[in-house]
Amino acid sequence: MNPAFKQWLNSVCVWIDSTALSQAIQSAAWVVPAVQTVHILAIAALMGSMVMINLRLLGVTGRDQSLAAVSRRFSPVIWWALPVLLVSGIILITGEPARALKNVIFQWKMLMVISAVLITLYFTAPLNKNPAYWDSRGGVGRVVAVVSFALWVGIIFAGRWIAYF
Amino acid sequence: MNITAFYKWLESFGIATAIREGESLFPWLESIHVLAIVLVVGSIVMVDLRLLGWASRERAVSRLTAEVLPLTWVAFAIAVITGVLMFCAKATTYGPNTYFLLKMGFLVLAGCNMLFFHKVTNRNVQDWGAENRATPQGAKVAGGMSLALWVCIVVFGRWIGFTT
Repeated sequence: MNPAFKQWLNSVCVWIDSTALSQAIQSAAWVVPAVQTVHILAIAALMGSMVMINLRLLGVTGRDQSLAAVSRRFSPVIWWALPVLLVSGIILITGEPARALKNVIFQWKMLMVISAVLITLYFTAPLNKNPAYWDSRGGVGRVVAVVSFALWVGIIFAGRWIAYF
Repeated sequence: MNITAFYKWLESFGIATAIREGESLFPWLESIHVLAIVLVVGSIVMVDLRLLGWASRERAVSRLTAEVLPLTWVAFAIAVITGVLMFCAKATTYGPNTYFLLKMGFLVLAGCNMLFFHKVTNRNVQDWGAENRATPQGAKVAGGMSLALWVCIVVFGRWIGFTT
């Protein structure tokens, strides 16, 4: 990693660590596990919905209903869960900035999160204009399903591995 | 044989020792365990919310459970296997842990709740579970209980990691 960037990242961590909010999180032992629990519940809601959409995209379940109907039912959960994940994630970073920001696994996780969100947008955006959009693109839809599932599995694994690096 | 001796016996297995002393076996098991639990909770919550009448109302209950519950069961089996392996590796640590015991207690309660729902309420699901129909009180209670119990299971699960 670029030494100038590393130094900047270090100063950011030191600054976050010195804030009153960070100190408050660090001094209350229950905050981190409680916020982690919220983080896990939110990823559960997101993952459950994402899997149902992807299984429909692959043609495994719900073939008696349109993809647009399945997406309408489950994609709002994803857009509700993401802000919860973002806020709870920021609280966790604020409590232990160096543990996360300087961690290579965390950096990979953020890269995967951005990719996964972009893929979800790429999948849901055309459905608003044309509900049958993905029906005419069998192969691409299947690739989208597999890649987004793999990314979210990677994100969950990375989340656990942050603790070991 | 007392319980501590039993825990020590579990820890003496080759695979338990390998998980405990290995570099990366334990975090891999944890990762798979988290993924499995996320899928169990994520899928079961969909059914719970449908039973409560809060979501997926345009889908018949029997159709929703038919497409969601196979995923729940596969994920649950994976969670149990990885959980048992992690427990065996550090049985003397987890066995007496209050939060571990609470988690197991709530799992049993969730199982009883599910069993009661399947044997009693769900028997005539064809009558009450149609599209866009309000669910009966029994289904709402089962859904609400399940939701609350699974949240507790996740809470206690996370607390184990901070108290061992």
